[in-house]
Amino acid sequence: MKLKLKIWRQKNSTSKGSIVNYDVDNISPNMSFLEMLDQLNSTLIKNDESPVAFDHDCREGICGSCSLYINGQAHGPDRAITTCQLHMRKFKDGDTIFIEPFRATSFPVIKDLIVDRSAFDRIQHAGGYISVNTSGNTQDANSIPINKTDADNAFDAATCIGCGACVATCKNSSAMLFVGAKISQYALLPQGKVEASDRVTKMIDQMDLEGFGNCSNTGACEVECPKGISLDNIARMNRELMKSKVL
Amino acid sequence: MNKITYSLNYRKPKGEYLPDEEVLICVRYYHKANNAAPKIIKKSTGVKCKLKDWDTNWHKKECRSPVKSSDKDFKSKNSLIEQTAKNFEQYLIQIQKTPELKYSPKLKSNQPDGVLKDKWTNHKNKINLVNPANKRLIDIIVVGTGLAGGSAAATLAELGYNVKAFCFQDSPRRAHSIAAQGGINAAKNYQGDGDSTYRLFYDTVKGGDYRSRESNVYRLAEVSTNIIDQCVAQGVPFARDYGGLLDNRSFGGVLVSRTFYAKGQTGQQLLLGAYSAMNRQIGRGKIKMYNRHEMLDVVLVDGKARGIITRNLITGAVERHSAHAVVLGSGGYGNVFYLSTNAMGSNVTAAWKAHKRGAYFANPCFTQIHPTCIPVSGDHQSKLTLMSESLRNDGRIWVPNIKEDAISIREGKITPLDILEENRDYFLERRYPAFGNLVPRDVASRAAKERCDAGFGVNATGEAVYLDFAAAIIRYGKEEAHINGEDENNETLVNKLGTAVIKKKYGNLFQMYEKIVDQNPYKTPMMIYPAVHYTMGGIWVDYNLMTTIPGLYAIGEANFSDHGANRLGASALMQGLADGYFVLPYTIGDYLSDDISTGPIPTDTAEFENAEDEAIKKLNFFINNKGKHSVDFFHKKLGKIMWNKCGMARNSKDLNEAIKEISDLRNLFWNEVKVPGSADEFNEELAKAGRVADFLELGELFAKDALSREESCGGHFRDEHQTPEGEAVRNKDYQFVSAWEYKGDPKDAILHKEELNYNDIEVKERSYK
Repeated sequence: MKLKLKIWRQKNSTSKGSIVNYDVDNISPNMSFLEMLDQLNSTLIKNDESPVAFDHDCREGICGSCSLYINGQAHGPDRAITTCQLHMRKFKDGDTIFIEPFRATSFPVIKDLIVDRSAFDRIQHAGGYISVNTSGNTQDANSIPINKTDADNAFDAATCIGCGACVATCKNSSAMLFVGAKISQYALLPQGKVEASDRVTKMIDQMDLEGFGNCSNTGACEVECPKGISLDNIARMNRELMKSKVL
Repeated sequence: MNKITYSLNYRKPKGEYLPDEEVLICVRYYHKANNAAPKIIKKSTGVKCKLKDWDTNWHKKECRSPVKSSDKDFKSKNSLIEQTAKNFEQYLIQIQKTPELKYSPKLKSNQPDGVLKDKWTNHKNKINLVNPANKRLIDIIVVGTGLAGGSAAATLAELGYNVKAFCFQDSPRRAHSIAAQGGINAAKNYQGDGDSTYRLFYDTVKGGDYRSRESNVYRLAEVSTNIIDQCVAQGVPFARDYGGLLDNRSFGGVLVSRTFYAKGQTGQQLLLGAYSAMNRQIGRGKIKMYNRHEMLDVVLVDGKARGIITRNLITGAVERHSAHAVVLGSGGYGNVFYLSTNAMGSNVTAAWKAHKRGAYFANPCFTQIHPTCIPVSGDHQSKLTLMSESLRNDGRIWVPNIKEDAISIREGKITPLDILEENRDYFLERRYPAFGNLVPRDVASRAAKERCDAGFGVNATGEAVYLDFAAAIIRYGKEEAHINGEDENNETLVNKLGTAVIKKKYGNLFQMYEKIVDQNPYKTPMMIYPAVHYTMGGIWVDYNLMTTIPGLYAIGEANFSDHGANRLGASALMQGLADGYFVLPYTIGDYLSDDISTGPIPTDTAEFENAEDEAIKKLNFFINNKGKHSVDFFHKKLGKIMWNKCGMARNSKDLNEAIKEISDLRNLFWNEVKVPGSADEFNEELAKAGRVADFLELGELFAKDALSREESCGGHFRDEHQTPEGEAVRNKDYQFVSAWEYKGDPKDAILHKEELNYNDIEVKERSYK
């Protein structure tokens, strides 16, 4: 396949960026999207040009490193996958592809397509944990049975890989799907209930401090989320917040 | 026959000496063993005498004194000579009695004495501790934030130490432990199927083909149950049954169900547990987290590990960090094969730099090739994707048993569904009836390779076998139909119900397969082929997880100790968390108890400066080299050599070639590598260059290690050592750990051996038939 790429190039966080055009040839439909970029980079290196910087690591859709905004969609046109799992067979010969970083005020660009998502880390530092020491002296794992529905829902919330597609997709740059998923996981489990109200307050405060917007129930985040995290988690987060204020 | 004689040590022809000239006297020791050539060893006595005072007939006299009484000091001289001779003889007899040391005295495993099951408890009771007030005065560096590094950083901080943690990813949560799918073992015996600490220990030692350290493995099995309790308390959402209790499944190489899991994302959930424990400590200021930092060197002060040199991957700044101890949880080195299931960034640099500073590297050739990965599709491929071993619970592995059918499939003329049941060869079930599709990974991988090499492979490349769920779908479908009171003979219904069960169990794996291969695995069997997955070898550590450098520790996949020559499924997560949560935090106190009054380690010393200079020099070299080929060019070439000559089956010819080819490639790399951009910016090519430089050294040591191990055991299979049926033949003379000492070029590395003793388990042939 032959493709026309329009890629966001930006030297560093302080410089101004712009879209630069590249032509690529001999693209196999079996390549992953990132392998296509590898091929472009190897040509750029050969021609003494600067390769395109992008985040990637596991390349199997679980680490949450890759973060491209492809033709106006986080992680590209396919559903329920990350960019590294997107294959070139989803494109046609001669296509023009726009490749941009995940854009949000709270995700400043570091270089080219790489953004700084450390705001997510800081939200978790504020309260994304259960306060239990790793002493090994906790009670037996089976001493508190957890009903299967709660356990499954907690698991579904916990599958979030922290990639930030929800923020990039949201017109308000809201991080509520991410925060809601974390709060839900703990709120649904008996171990997490003990400090639930404290947690929801702290995490939401930090989320606001980082400059993320609010949710206006569009649901685009749920559609673009590579792990299919449900909007229900935002509802649950709001419920938890209400509970913490009322009770 | 031994004889002591005296002689004059002439320095010129005897006739040229004047009678008054003084000559040194020496003792000659003449030794002849039965059939050996005689040996003469000389030693100077330091006594001189004039030629005219030398008694040539000394041996005929009873007193055997060679200095005549004409010398005024003849008495003292003779007694000195006699004494020297006596001491010399004593010394030589001593040497002859001591057999040549087979095992290196430098490798002190520090295993506690006593009964196996009490060792860990006794050890914990005896080692030194640091009191809580003093822990505040001690800094610890942890490199890597996967299951081992993350859990260690969190626990050390909880205990009160000041922790600095480093990872090259943009967040600790992205360490590659996250990609582990299947599960984590623990001897909980919740299923009541006869599991116990001993059985987990036994399975692990046997699975590792008797090449792991007995006491370490027992400790691992012992603390395994704590891990599950701990993780549940942290909110890890393990799979549960309808009664609300934890569910288990079975993995390769064992006969019980002891694997806890969270769908196909167990690694992710456990890592997020460790990450949440870290977050709590980061929030409290007890962990200072350095994201996007790569370790470039370890710094030794007075022989102790006292810090590291890092590079900030965003700004390019090279930095010095000091601490009282350094912990490496930097993972394995599978990426030496270029194509592996490791993440793109996984590298050996931290471990290799430690090796170059004096940490011995153990068993580098013990590498796990995982049987169930998605086959390679072309040259563009950058990494391989694993399909969890848990799939082998329900999937049956087969190839056609008629070669023509295999060829037709490869040419796309027929599909696997066209092959009749009687024309399918379920080769694992055929060869290993007791364990069937659940044989350990090394066995399953080799069996698949054997079939493909024999011409029965599928996929266009001929390098793939089928993993088929059709039988499981029917089995589960009938079961569900029975429960629902519906017609068990209705094929469409059974298929629908069975597919739903499989979807629930493995849905995300099937989805992953479909996205990559573009085939529906519910309908056509999956294609799989072995791929490099995990490295059992690593930095040598003692029972306390300390390397041969005092104050430098290695945990998780970075060390070598627990899995021997082959790791069982779901044991990597167990070992990473055991080391980090429950072992290292105790054992490190024993070392640090000497450091309570040391005070902060300064970084403005010559040691730090030199290490930093060296690192900067290397970075500048890469930038200024302006060669012809990109880093990947060399990495891919290295990977090909490793896979073809040090892969699933090895022989001395290939290994010797590999050593030469890697060494040549390394020279070419240093001459012709091309790194664009500069050192003071985000520059992925520069980071990769440093990593590949280290892989190019490790690769050669890997081949050298494989060549020196004249046996087949676990993941290490030598063509020269196999039965006529193609099963591995272990050699009891190789029941040791090979630990390599760095001496410059990998070819000069020195082998040290640690003896492995098994007192609580019988060393048997490892059979899964």
